[in-house]
Amino acid sequence: MSQPVLSVSGLAKDYGNGQGCFDIDFELYEGEVLCIVGESGSGKSTLLATLAGRLSADAGSVRFRDRAGSSHELTTLAEAERRRLARSEWGFVTQHARDGLRMNVSAGANVSERLMALGQRHYGQLRETAAQWLEKVEISRERLDDRPTAFSGGMQQRLQIARNLVTQPRLVFMDEPTGGLDVSVQARFLDLLRRLVHDTGIAVIMVTHDLGVARLLAQRTLVMQQGRVVEAGLTDQILDDPQHPYSQLLVSSILQA
Amino acid sequence: MTEACHSQWQYNFAFLDENTKRMLRRALLKAVAIPGYQVPFGSREMPLPYGWGTGGIQLTASIIGQDDVLKVIDQGADDTTNAVNIRRFFARVTGVATTSSTAAASLIQSRHRIPETPLRSGQIMVFQVPEPEALRTLEASEVETRKLHAHQEYGLMHVKLYEDIARFGHIATSYDYPVMVNQRYLSSPSPIPKFDNPKLHMSPALLLFGAGREKRLYAIPPHTRVESLAFDDHPFSVQRWEQACALCGSHDSYLDEIITDDAGARMFVCSDTDYCQQQQEGKA
Repeated sequence: MSQPVLSVSGLAKDYGNGQGCFDIDFELYEGEVLCIVGESGSGKSTLLATLAGRLSADAGSVRFRDRAGSSHELTTLAEAERRRLARSEWGFVTQHARDGLRMNVSAGANVSERLMALGQRHYGQLRETAAQWLEKVEISRERLDDRPTAFSGGMQQRLQIARNLVTQPRLVFMDEPTGGLDVSVQARFLDLLRRLVHDTGIAVIMVTHDLGVARLLAQRTLVMQQGRVVEAGLTDQILDDPQHPYSQLLVSSILQA
Repeated sequence: MTEACHSQWQYNFAFLDENTKRMLRRALLKAVAIPGYQVPFGSREMPLPYGWGTGGIQLTASIIGQDDVLKVIDQGADDTTNAVNIRRFFARVTGVATTSSTAAASLIQSRHRIPETPLRSGQIMVFQVPEPEALRTLEASEVETRKLHAHQEYGLMHVKLYEDIARFGHIATSYDYPVMVNQRYLSSPSPIPKFDNPKLHMSPALLLFGAGREKRLYAIPPHTRVESLAFDDHPFSVQRWEQACALCGSHDSYLDEIITDDAGARMFVCSDTDYCQQQQEGKA
């Protein structure tokens, strides 16, 4: 744990009507999972999109350290450079697999796309790598040539994970990846995710409205309300001893079981 | 070229007005300066429907001069409907000489084929292009495809080739086969068979591409590197036939399969009629 992968200070995205996210500060280290929780409209997804450079920030700084150790200021990064980082160093897992996958090409092509974008041109090797990744996300090798439309929702979501992790990114953004999944599928998905994070040492920022997901996966959690972080800290601490009234409400409403 | 042509309707020389031709030539100069880059242009309403070669006709109209000798081919043939009509159109609105001989032509407008007879320096080929964007089948957004070109992000094109191999065991794309022009811009060579792709590489002739409906034109200048995309373990290859042409006996031209009766009898003949005829005369 030397240098943080991502350090964010004073970040703001203002939609102009009081909506957005404001005064965000945090640091994220290698192998760490950070969950951002909060109700709908609290600015979680806005924050994620701003961090990933999909929205332009209005204030503050986001510094990212790449594999080679050099530091990039993401809020002022040129688009060409941002796209290069997005291709090689980041992953983005969307809530709806349809937004993150190419539905009209096979699973193998989906997994291989990023590798081909980075210049791999050997079909046999691409296919072998894709098959290995399908197995890592618990999809049978035989499904390699099937299109994602033939997959269940949980499988599509796992395929999306494989597609993103195949280039071994340092940082993965996830926007409610368990949103559309039923509880048992969700549990297996989270289990898989935890193992992959542990094995590959990637850093993950995950947006969710489900504190249960945060408890299973995240070392640290940010609680957001109305665009601001109202509480931040170790996940266990927040769950066991929430300080802010809103966090107390969240915890009491979810952890009854 | 401002004098009106001698036809009874008094159209301007080559149908288009001089300002439109100037606009087109300006766009063509840009296209030649940036090989493979798609230059937008203001496509005009032409006296035939989109998809029948309006892009090619506008390009030809903008560059044709009184000393030019025009050849028009459609599917390799000089005597098919589209070729005959376009050739007659230009003969009428310009009065220039037309020919079916590749060697005699200074300007060749084509759909689907590059002639078998090697092109020479000084000749210009104009292609009619239905879809100038090679990435379109995979990325519907024009905003996004322009960004992909700007940032030279062409991994997507290999996704299509990957799908081909995964589904058919080989790269099944046999026409409109994507090429990399001058190691920079990914381009669609228009629906020529991939058999003709090697002729694009280091061609001594100027190659111009016009898409009327999509309002784009692009160019491959003479002696430009043109590379057909492929995988390391599935290299680019062109079509081969076991037969020779039934009419001229050529072994190395692109062959069309022609059904000759209701019983399914068929023959293979050169798609390039001019080449086929020359081969036959050469033997006689």
